[in-house]
Order: sequence, then structure tokens, then C-alpha cells
Amino acid sequence: MRESDLLPRMQKLMNPKFRIWDLHCHLSGVPGLTPEERLGQLLRYADRVGIERLCVYMGMKWSQDPSPDDFRKQNDEVLRAIAKHPDRAFGFVTLNPKHVPESLAELERCVANGPMVGVKLWVAKRCDGPEIDPLIARAAELKAVIFQHTWFKTTANYPGESTPDDLVALAKRFPKVPIICGHTGGTWELGIRAIRDQKNLFADLAGSDPTAGITEMAVRELGAERVIYGSDCGGRSFASQLAKVHGAAITEAQKQQIFHGTLRSLMTPILQAKGIQA
Amino acid sequence: MNRRLFLQSTAAAAATPLMALEQAAERLDVNFATGPWPFRDLPKLDGDSLKQRGITQAITGSLEALLTRDIAAVNARLATACTESGGVLLPAGALHPLLPAWREDLRRCRDEHAMKVIRLHPNYHGYTLAEPIFAELLDAITDAGLAVQIVVQMEDQRTQHPLVQAAPVDLKPLHDLLKVRPKARVMVLNANAAMITTALRGCDSLWLDGAMIEGVGGLENTLKAWPAEKLCFGTHAPFFYPESSLLKLVESELSGTLLTALTVDNARAFLG
Repeated sequence: MRESDLLPRMQKLMNPKFRIWDLHCHLSGVPGLTPEERLGQLLRYADRVGIERLCVYMGMKWSQDPSPDDFRKQNDEVLRAIAKHPDRAFGFVTLNPKHVPESLAELERCVANGPMVGVKLWVAKRCDGPEIDPLIARAAELKAVIFQHTWFKTTANYPGESTPDDLVALAKRFPKVPIICGHTGGTWELGIRAIRDQKNLFADLAGSDPTAGITEMAVRELGAERVIYGSDCGGRSFASQLAKVHGAAITEAQKQQIFHGTLRSLMTPILQAKGIQA
Repeated sequence: MNRRLFLQSTAAAAATPLMALEQAAERLDVNFATGPWPFRDLPKLDGDSLKQRGITQAITGSLEALLTRDIAAVNARLATACTESGGVLLPAGALHPLLPAWREDLRRCRDEHAMKVIRLHPNYHGYTLAEPIFAELLDAITDAGLAVQIVVQMEDQRTQHPLVQAAPVDLKPLHDLLKVRPKARVMVLNANAAMITTALRGCDSLWLDGAMIEGVGGLENTLKAWPAEKLCFGTHAPFFYPESSLLKLVESELSGTLLTALTVDNARAFLG
């Protein structure tokens, strides 16, 4: 093979006609003393691989079960970061269902009265119980994008860590509210099957190894309109997670849907409500 | 920022790595495999598929070697597959030191199949690097004039099949083993960033591949603490999408010289 063939191949791989929004970005695992510096670093790498917008959530230091003071601090850091780069980043508010009144207040502060457009729920408490319902209901009223971390770990989940099965139980109580299944359960062959019949659940491809077949199975079982690209940076590289879509044996139209179309359709109501151009 | 401005502002950032990639005349993947994976139908990648992705040669092991006891047959099939690739696939034979007569397998790898590399899977074959049998194996391979690849893990433990779980290989013994074996040519495949900065710290004679090095700018960050002449391009395909490691070369800010080292020169030095 002539090496001159490489440039068009890589350009095709990073086809600029693809619009890419990254659903799943964090301020941890990346150098920088301030949130602004860290998001700047993420954007430096995002530029190199053609990613236009980042959804950012959780602060510079995480806790599995954050107190209200802690999640407010983390959200403050995200607010600072996205204020510096409002044309490149969206913010999601981190909440803890163990602290419902404080979480509802944070939802008002950051989404209803602030610039954030989504909600992040992590591993403090499994999402199948009714305690979380007020948060989902209010987030839905605000048209916020709702993201719930999930895993099916062979090595056992954390005590408060949801599985895709837990998320299905939640989604059945809110059948008209779209909810994103974070990591697609990590063990994606199980996660995809678990959420398949619950049509208001969407698959986040982020944060697992770039094992060949994940995207093909997700598209086959869910349709590209229920699949979303995300990286889980800075702990993950953009490269390994982009490869799940760039390297998948699916059509170019399906790739574009996963890179941008699905997330944009979920975000359009709140972007319009807030008058955000994107 | 609107779409047009984004494209204009990122064009330069994207063009630089693409131009650097264009400069190299070849690209050698140190971490490729053939054969079936017991738990998933992997993509059918071969020499032609690699060439389409700009990979001109690949050190290739057999996935059959993980669980098959007739290692001699596995190596013979691997040798045939590599021969049929027209030189794109370079065979890395398997040895299982807990099987009877493993030295005969080593002899066949070298003398009958002309292999230059042995690929080991200690966590699937049931021994540790601290056991005497590993030192014996390492010496035998080195005495035979071959290089050795140690696969530290095949996949994330969290996603393994519950009936076939294999913890990553404990790499800590390598430091002392290599200190007294200056002629051994050893490469660790699929190490992650945590392993590199802990268990492998100070193992400067060792080569690594980047297939499982994660984090934004992962290669660039690894090179802050690891010798540039000891890091190689490896895809872990077809288990991983090969585009992952290709895009890592673009994501990290690497000079043309560094790219050539990572994708060609370092692997050639390992092959001897």
C-alpha cells in the first residue's frame, strides 16, 4: 500500500461532514488547576478528533455518595467551566436521590434558573426505587436530558450502582420521559437486551473498552435513533470511544445519527426552551 | 460557535496529525490476533483489512491459544494463516509451560515455522510471573533467540464471562527478572496506564503497546513517564476496533519522529 493512501483514509475516518457531540465528559482525569483549564484541555483534544460539543458533568473530585454541599460544589465547578466555553459545552447537573429536597433545589438553581440542560445520576442509590421519582418528574417538566449511570459488572456492582434492569423499572414509571442508559450497562451484550423493549430508554456507548460489535448490536436491536456516542473522558480517550462508531459496520447515516442526531433530538426541547443556538 | 467557525478553527488542529501520519512509509501493529473468540463473533479481519486501514504488518497471535491444549496445532494453523497473508501477518506462536513437552513447541515455533515472537497468556494458562516456571520459559525463549510478548489482559474484568474469569497478570516480578536478563526482548501487551506507572515502573528495557492506554491524550501522557523508544502501536484487533489505536495517534500531539518510532522503529527493534 502506498503511504499516500493513508491521508485520504484518515480523512475519511475523521470525516468532517460528521457533526459530533459528546454526551459523556468529566472534569476529572485531565490536567488543570481550575475547571476552566480542565475543560480547555478537553477541548484541545476534542479539536484534534473533530468533536464539536461536550456535555460535561461532575466536578474535579468525585464522591460516590456526595452530600448536598459536595454536589453543589461539583456543580459550581461545571458552571464555571461551561461559562468559559459556552459555545462548546453543555452542563448537566449532578444530583443525589438520597437527598431529594436538596437535589430538587439544585435542579432549580442549575437548570430552571441556570444554563444547564441535563441531569446526571451516578451511584449513590439504585434508581429502581420510588425515592428518585420527584427528581425525574421535575427534570421532565424542565425538558432536561436525564442520564443514569448503569453497569452489569461480572465483578459485582457498588451497593448503590444501578443496572440497566433497575433503569427499566424506573423507565416503566415514566414511559413518556426519555432517559439515557449510561454505559449501556458496560457489559453491553446484556445492557442492550435489557433496555430493548423499553422504548423511552437510550443507549450511551461511552466508557467501556472499544470491543468490536457493540455499536452493530446496539443498532441492530435498538435502531440508531436510540444510540448515542459519548466518551467518558478524561478517564477514557476520545479516540477509543469514537472508534466504536467510526469503526462499526453500519451506514454513514447511522453513524451521523449516533454521533449527533439522537442526542440533538433529546436536547432540542430544552435548547429551544432556553433559546440556546446549537 | 457555529458549525462553520468550528470547522475553520479545528481544521488546523486536525490537519497536523493527519500530515504526520502521512509521512510514515509503513505501520506495524504489534498486537493483532486471528482465530475465534469463545464468547463473541469477532469481525473477520485479515491482512487485506489491515492494509485498508494503513497497517502494513502485524505481529499476530492466535486466540485459540488461550483455551486450546493442542498448542502445536494452534501454532501450525497460525503459521499457515500468516503465510497466506503474503507477509502482512507475522506469527507470534504460543507456549503453555504447564503442558507436557512445551520445549518441543518452542522448537517447532523457531525451526519449523520460523517464528520470531512467542506470545504468552499467563492468566489463561494458570501461572504467575513469580513462579520458577516463568523464569525457565523466559530463559528458553531468549536462548532460542526469540522475543516474547506477555498479554496482561484480554478484556476488562468487569465484562468477562462469569464462568471464565481471568484477573490481569501481576507484572511486579518483571522488574527483577529483567534486571538479570539483559538479552531478553520482552513486550507487555494491553497494559493500562495504572500498570505502567506502578508495577512496570523502572522496567525501562521493556516494550509496551498502547491498545489499552486510556485517558485523553493517553499516548502523549504515557510518554511523559515512559521511554519513547519503548512504546509501540498495537490495536488488540479484532477484539477491539482497530480504529481505536489509529485515532489515538491522532488524538495525542506527537511529532513525526515520534509517530515513526511508535508505529515502526520500536517494533522493529523488538523484533531484532
